[in-house]
Amino acid sequence: MTERITRQDVAHVADLAQLSLTDDELDAFTIQLADILDHAADLDALDLADLQPTAHPLPLVNVFRADVVGPTSDRDEVLAAAPAVEDAQFKVPPVLGEGP
Amino acid sequence: MSGTAPEIVPGWETVIGLEVHAELATVTKMFSGAPNRFGGEPNTNIDPVSLGLPGTLPVLNGRAVELAIRVGLALNCTVQRSVFARKNYFYPDMPKDFQISQFDLPINGEGWLELADGRRIGIERAHLEEDTGKSTHVGGGGRIHEAGHSLVDYNRAGVPLIEIVGRPDLRGAEDARAYVSELRSILVAIGASDGKMEEGSMRVDCNVSVRPVGQEELGTRCEVKNINSLRSLGRAIEYEARRQVDLLTAGERIEQQTRHWNEDEGRTHKLRSKEEAFDYRYFPEPDLMPVEPSEEWIAEIRADLPPLPRERRHRLAEAAGMETSAAALTVDRGLDDLAMATIDLGADAGRVLVHLENNLADGVGLLTAGSFTDLIALETGGDLTATQAKTVLASLVAEGGDPAAIASAKGFESMDSGELEAIVDRLISEHPDDWAALTAGDDKERKKKSGFFVGEVMKATRGRADGRAVNELLARRSAG
Repeated sequence: MTERITRQDVAHVADLAQLSLTDDELDAFTIQLADILDHAADLDALDLADLQPTAHPLPLVNVFRADVVGPTSDRDEVLAAAPAVEDAQFKVPPVLGEGP
Repeated sequence: MSGTAPEIVPGWETVIGLEVHAELATVTKMFSGAPNRFGGEPNTNIDPVSLGLPGTLPVLNGRAVELAIRVGLALNCTVQRSVFARKNYFYPDMPKDFQISQFDLPINGEGWLELADGRRIGIERAHLEEDTGKSTHVGGGGRIHEAGHSLVDYNRAGVPLIEIVGRPDLRGAEDARAYVSELRSILVAIGASDGKMEEGSMRVDCNVSVRPVGQEELGTRCEVKNINSLRSLGRAIEYEARRQVDLLTAGERIEQQTRHWNEDEGRTHKLRSKEEAFDYRYFPEPDLMPVEPSEEWIAEIRADLPPLPRERRHRLAEAAGMETSAAALTVDRGLDDLAMATIDLGADAGRVLVHLENNLADGVGLLTAGSFTDLIALETGGDLTATQAKTVLASLVAEGGDPAAIASAKGFESMDSGELEAIVDRLISEHPDDWAALTAGDDKERKKKSGFFVGEVMKATRGRADGRAVNELLARRSAG
């Protein structure tokens, strides 16, 4: 197993993404992710000092929309698709802690 | 910079850095055309993008970018090329399970904000992000940790926010309040946000640490959330500083934590520790292009900025020959143009500011620079007492007109000095004991008794007498 990424790293990232992986899957993904990182490491052979990191594959900037109101969704239709509703709001399990 | 702020706990310095979120005053949301509007029925200002439905794509609101640049320029930041990033977390207030924010490349880099007393507070960055939905915790008395379930309203989800991250340059509750007030004034002045803390359109997270006075190294900080007013901000800082000093003086260590301010209980509670902090796995948002404002666009936005509170304070302070802090309240009330015009017409600057601060808190109505100047001339010339001037001023505010005519209609003729002397002499003979105490007493007693006689003269003349003239007369009589 390469040292680019450990099994613990993969388990941690899976946990953050709320994925449950079996032991076999953890082994398999650790190897696959390490291969991908190896592939990306080919870039280390190049001199990139003068290049700006690519933020997007398309060479576009400043793609804006006008600040004009568009159509909104029908509340009843949207709420009808929710698992649980109360007082015209989405009812969710109790949240522990608080959002960031 | 330290040493001026009062110590919350003697011997300890409180160090504060604030993160302020302000909703930008756009018509629509950051990435879609759903309305950006406060106070609607729950889940009415929503569309597939605000709900994070599969297949939806964000398109950036150009006006939000423009307002963010306005904020950056007003805070003396470097406006730069920026990239959006996904901040990943699982929480029902963000239905797509990530918030679009900016991470390593914010639209506004370093800047500063100047307080009314002239001190500059560093700004680390001011970046764009989208607001989250609003969760209400039901059951357990509304307390987060005991909630039975939560209700989510997505009206706010996707509203454009600017997050302004300040440096830990503040040194106490008063500093923090002054910073937030100034920031709010700036945001409102440039039309970037309505700055209403009570409606949540401006929210403050507060990083607090303490250190013994004289220590260079910063203490371990705690971040306090859920601060909804300037008053809570001050209370939360004072509580948190005391809590930290108590721990340290008891020989314990401060744990880096996020804490929740409970306004009713007047204390903070631990939400999570550093170990439990979210790992957001930021990565560049693939559905949005970088923002690269051109020099021309930035110059155009800069040229369109109104005079900022700082510039207005300096302008007024210079015209009035005073410190900028003396001009702060007048600028805050938006009365500095009137003050400048009145001073320009030759009115005494000190009297102008005294009236604006003390007697015109409810607005200036029909008062003009011309009538204001004439009024102050009557006052400084001795034709009107301060009390009479205040009455005429109220009339100018309500109905306008000529101060001299109003004064004479109200019977405010300056008192004949003979008439005043007669009244004072009568009062002296009517109150021999008080007069003896005034002439024989020490400074304190003399002041007290002078106040008594001035009060009696005012009663006798129904406020027509000039307090200064009465004091002078009393001094002459007691010396003679």
